[in-house]
Amino acid sequence: MATFFGEVLSVYSRAVEEDDEELEENEEDEEIRRELEEKREVRLHWSPEVSEALRSGNKLQCSDFILAVGHNAASFLSVYVLSSANWDAVGHASVWNERSRAVTGQNSEDSACVFYRHKDNPSVLICQVTCYLAEDQLFQWTEKVFECLQHRQLNVIVLSDSSVADYKTADYLCSSSAPFLRSLHTSAFSDQPVCQPLEQPNIVTGLPAAVLNHCQVHRIAAVVYQCYSDVIGPDSVTMETYKLALTKLGRSIQLDPSPSTDILRKFARTTDIQSNLYV
Amino acid sequence: MFISSQNSAPSFKDFTLVMPAVAVGNVGQLAVDLIVSTLNMSRVGHMHTDCLIPMAGNNPYATCKEDAEELHTPAEVYTAAELKLAVLQIRAPIVQTKSKKFRQLLVSWIKASGFSKTVVLSSSHAYQRDDQQLKGTPLRYLVTPSLLTVSEDALKELGWREMERVSAFPGLTDTNTEPRLYIPGGGITKGLYTESCTEDVPLAVLLLFCSEGDNIPDAFTLVNHLNDWLHLLDSNSQEPNKWKIPTSWNLLFGSGIPPALF
Repeated sequence: MATFFGEVLSVYSRAVEEDDEELEENEEDEEIRRELEEKREVRLHWSPEVSEALRSGNKLQCSDFILAVGHNAASFLSVYVLSSANWDAVGHASVWNERSRAVTGQNSEDSACVFYRHKDNPSVLICQVTCYLAEDQLFQWTEKVFECLQHRQLNVIVLSDSSVADYKTADYLCSSSAPFLRSLHTSAFSDQPVCQPLEQPNIVTGLPAAVLNHCQVHRIAAVVYQCYSDVIGPDSVTMETYKLALTKLGRSIQLDPSPSTDILRKFARTTDIQSNLYV
Repeated sequence: MFISSQNSAPSFKDFTLVMPAVAVGNVGQLAVDLIVSTLNMSRVGHMHTDCLIPMAGNNPYATCKEDAEELHTPAEVYTAAELKLAVLQIRAPIVQTKSKKFRQLLVSWIKASGFSKTVVLSSSHAYQRDDQQLKGTPLRYLVTPSLLTVSEDALKELGWREMERVSAFPGLTDTNTEPRLYIPGGGITKGLYTESCTEDVPLAVLLLFCSEGDNIPDAFTLVNHLNDWLHLLDSNSQEPNKWKIPTSWNLLFGSGIPPALF
């Protein structure tokens, strides 16, 4: 597609394939398809204590569910919240799709989507997602996770990473403005968001969108804070931006006001060494 | 699955449903956007399904700051009760392996809701037209037998062109192969139509041959074409731009330009 100035943009094709389902499918094809679907299923693994409760029909009593999607959001929680050692890992989700690594990294796959619960205040649940969830798995992940949570009085906060390149605005964004937050919330969310709403035509996709859709139709209070950053990879400035999003949670979550540089260094991997662009 | 956003479930009895098929250039979806924003339709519910790729945004039809902050989902139903009109807007692509399931979900919802007729706005690849399709107007229609019985006269009066059946192997004069319905780039259009024929659903397809790019003019062509039939807007008004472009259509070509360029 060419713009007004003749510059050619690479736009992904919006053309849609005509469905060729009428083609006869033999049994083998069907079986492969079925097996693949089974393999792609999202599986939740809870700790013995939690799964025992779930089995007896008691959903997780949860007042605040904080979901971090992306490396910056997840690292933010690791540095500012989870470092206080008052948190228990209570479960994880395992997901397999076309971007999953080979079997060797079994452990890293399991640690890519972990649930934590506060020791003193078990009604606060945290989830960090750093793995890729395919488009057909997002809905399922959301259904399965929310099926385990008690819906009454539930507040959901989603922190999500995004690139400033995906942000559309009529004014030219100067480099000093990033990183910044934008919010999007369901109708049941009655609080005041801590930042500006996400302006049209910007949209939210992926897991944050799946969670918002679920919460909107089930009338759960949920808010997504999308952080637009101009740095590739985790960095401390972007992480700090999320601090604002959790200020309203003061009563249930203690933010570490100034984390030690050692912890920060662990998560904010220096990416400049790997880049040879300006050597 | 349809989920009402109000406390009571809305009644669609004898309403006309207009919905897009996610197809080339998103023409149907753009046309539906124009209808919703021009008629100021109100949202009555969501189509909540795993068949669509999740997305969310603030109000795409916002007119002022006050109504901008309102969450909207991938598939929503709007109504204008005084016109007996319901509109289903689909804003996301269909998950590839689930298009059949989505089609079935739509057909069963349409049947259960008791719509008097359903109009699917769609598009098809312009470059795949055959010789006879290249001539004249790029607009075509299809109707299921059950709608034809009630709307035959109206359609005759409009003088529209029906979508041609094309031969499977053009150029070969093989009498054994029957001409078939072929809608390349039309997504679920063909499946929805054939299923509606067998399920006896009164449904029409309005489609336009187009190519991808800036498809806003195509959307206007299609929605004006629909208006000739349904008279959603007063056609006597001489204003050229009677349709209202929603705010979500801006920045189609990306963000603002750095002022330092000039």
